[in-house]
Amino acid sequence: MKIRLKNKIIGGTVTAASALSVILILGIIVIMLVVTFIGGKDTLTWKFLTTFPEEGMMKGGIFPAIYGTALLVIIMSIAAVPFGTITAIYLTEYAHEKSWIAQTIRFAVRTLATVPSIIFGLFGLGFFIKFVGAGMDNWFLGGHLKWAQPNLLWGSLTMALLTLPVVIVSVEEAIRTVPRELREASLALGATKWQTIKRVVLPGSVSGIMTGTILAVGRGAGEVAPILFTGAAYYLATLPTSVSDQFMNLGYHIYVMSTQSANVDQAMPIQFATTLVLLMLTFSLNLTAVLIRSRLRRRMK
Amino acid sequence: MNSNQATPGLSFTAESLRKKFRFSEFFAEKLITSVAFLSIALIILIFFFVFRESLPAFKHRPKATTEQQKITDGNKPESYGSSDTEAGSQKPETYGGAEASAGENKPETYTGSEPAAANKPESYGLVKDTSISADEVNPDASLRPSSEPESEGSLSSLFSNEWFPVSENPRYGLIPLFVGTLKVTLIAMLFAAPIAIFAALFSSSFAPAWLREWIKPAIELLAGFPSVVIGFFALMVMATFLQNLFGYETRLNSFVGGIAMALAAIPVIFTITEDALTAIPASYKEASLALGASKWQTAVFVTLPAATPGIFAAVLLGVGRVFGETMIALMATGNAALSGLNPFESVRTLAATIGAEMAEVVFGDMHYGVLFLIGSMLFIFNFSINAVAEFYVKGKLVKKIQGK
Repeated sequence: MKIRLKNKIIGGTVTAASALSVILILGIIVIMLVVTFIGGKDTLTWKFLTTFPEEGMMKGGIFPAIYGTALLVIIMSIAAVPFGTITAIYLTEYAHEKSWIAQTIRFAVRTLATVPSIIFGLFGLGFFIKFVGAGMDNWFLGGHLKWAQPNLLWGSLTMALLTLPVVIVSVEEAIRTVPRELREASLALGATKWQTIKRVVLPGSVSGIMTGTILAVGRGAGEVAPILFTGAAYYLATLPTSVSDQFMNLGYHIYVMSTQSANVDQAMPIQFATTLVLLMLTFSLNLTAVLIRSRLRRRMK
Repeated sequence: MNSNQATPGLSFTAESLRKKFRFSEFFAEKLITSVAFLSIALIILIFFFVFRESLPAFKHRPKATTEQQKITDGNKPESYGSSDTEAGSQKPETYGGAEASAGENKPETYTGSEPAAANKPESYGLVKDTSISADEVNPDASLRPSSEPESEGSLSSLFSNEWFPVSENPRYGLIPLFVGTLKVTLIAMLFAAPIAIFAALFSSSFAPAWLREWIKPAIELLAGFPSVVIGFFALMVMATFLQNLFGYETRLNSFVGGIAMALAAIPVIFTITEDALTAIPASYKEASLALGASKWQTAVFVTLPAATPGIFAAVLLGVGRVFGETMIALMATGNAALSGLNPFESVRTLAATIGAEMAEVVFGDMHYGVLFLIGSMLFIFNFSINAVAEFYVKGKLVKKIQGK
């Protein structure tokens, strides 16, 4: 009897504690969303989204930051999605599951996914700017400084490296949901391997490639550390017109506004509104990806 | 088999069955394979280039001091504050938020020494002769003949207790940074690990199936929160709230930073732990339940122990996440390089140091090299954590489940 009671108490505690943990996590998510929403909703107007910052960024909008972030994720996706998709195709279609090459590539991808984002920033600075950029300047421009400094291209490529694993993992998952029978049918009809991949496997995994792209965009739009020294600018009076210009960025804007602006309190509404924009952007992107993915998983079952 | 022989028109010879060489097939396969190797190449390249840029830390010791000393001798220190902002924005070598951050934190130094450091490495020899007085300021250097054991001087200063990269006598002691990082990591893990593991236990063992399908994606949404947003939330909301709650002095400290980073680590730990718990074969649980154990007893005494290697891996990866986290550290930990053990003190983490100072260094000098050296260390640390999680833990998990 006594043991039973004790058991019940411990059991109740464990169950309650674990349920409480879930509630706590979900609660924090809700609190963050609500607090940012309340703090930013009054400032967030159409005008705020479409105008330039004014008076030392104390007033006005965040249009250049939105524009810069959009350019960043577009160039990033152009670089990351094809490479990620091809790697995923290799891992699922060409490599043998147990071969050391496939294992090593998988390990490399997982390592890439866990490398801190600031390291990508350092790599972008050391490789793209100081090695590739400086090399391009020396070879093509005779030492004239153009590419060996932070710009949109280097920032986007750095971000592409960061989001590469995201793309690879979701495309791979999608390719695996394409039924084996479809491939075999295609091969039995005389199609070659590459034709099968092109006509059967890839069309069947479009939703996965889309999920990967959306997740990558969500990640790339929010990360700041990789672009700290590879292209983001504190303030620009004009929009970037070529890939060799610097750009403004939503996340970087939040960072500088909240830590380095002249009057943090006065700029508070703008900071909250900017955070709200970024949070809504990444949140809706991730939500879309989750929804597509759950449909994909259901199909697999 | 028989039908083959029976069909008159078709005859299969070794010749006709041989795979035809098709150039497009060959090309596609080779191209895809080589692209796939990009990930491996990237890891190597990252290490190589980050480490390569850290080389100045090993050789430039006297230069760094003498250069600066010379500048301070030549110009009046007061003149720097005003000229700094313009100088910073003109130099191509100063990056990103240089104007803002340099102006705010460390108005002295560097901008003046830039051309010499960046363009003419040969000139150091000359500078060295004129700078014997400079060496006297630096106790390290004055103890030994000025020419040969320079690299030792630079390396030993890394183990000192002071991080003053931007001063007349720069000191690059990494100890406060390590202490700060470890403190924040420890606090973050103390919060994140139990919460995430309990949540994973609930999701995998107690929650009904329909609830589980909601919990997992919902918590994974937290992983999608940009770290700058979490940092902002910690800076604006959490810091004030916690200060009112506990009544400590410094508003931004390792405690606030640690809790904020716990938010970043929770989804990582949760996801991997959840996967590990659900991977435990149903026969384990069924056996336990059949012996009369209750649901929670099965969860705590059977499922959880069986999944320990996976949970260990999850916590390791969570540590890796916190260790390298930059934006939250920059925004919520206060960024003062103190090495005390009080959790309510401001700290400066390794990653935050890179993020805050890279924008204002001179390319190729000691400070620059040290920041990249910190980067290399972070990379190696993360790489090893990942390798341990991958090989050691996975091997153990498989053995355990197979009962060997």
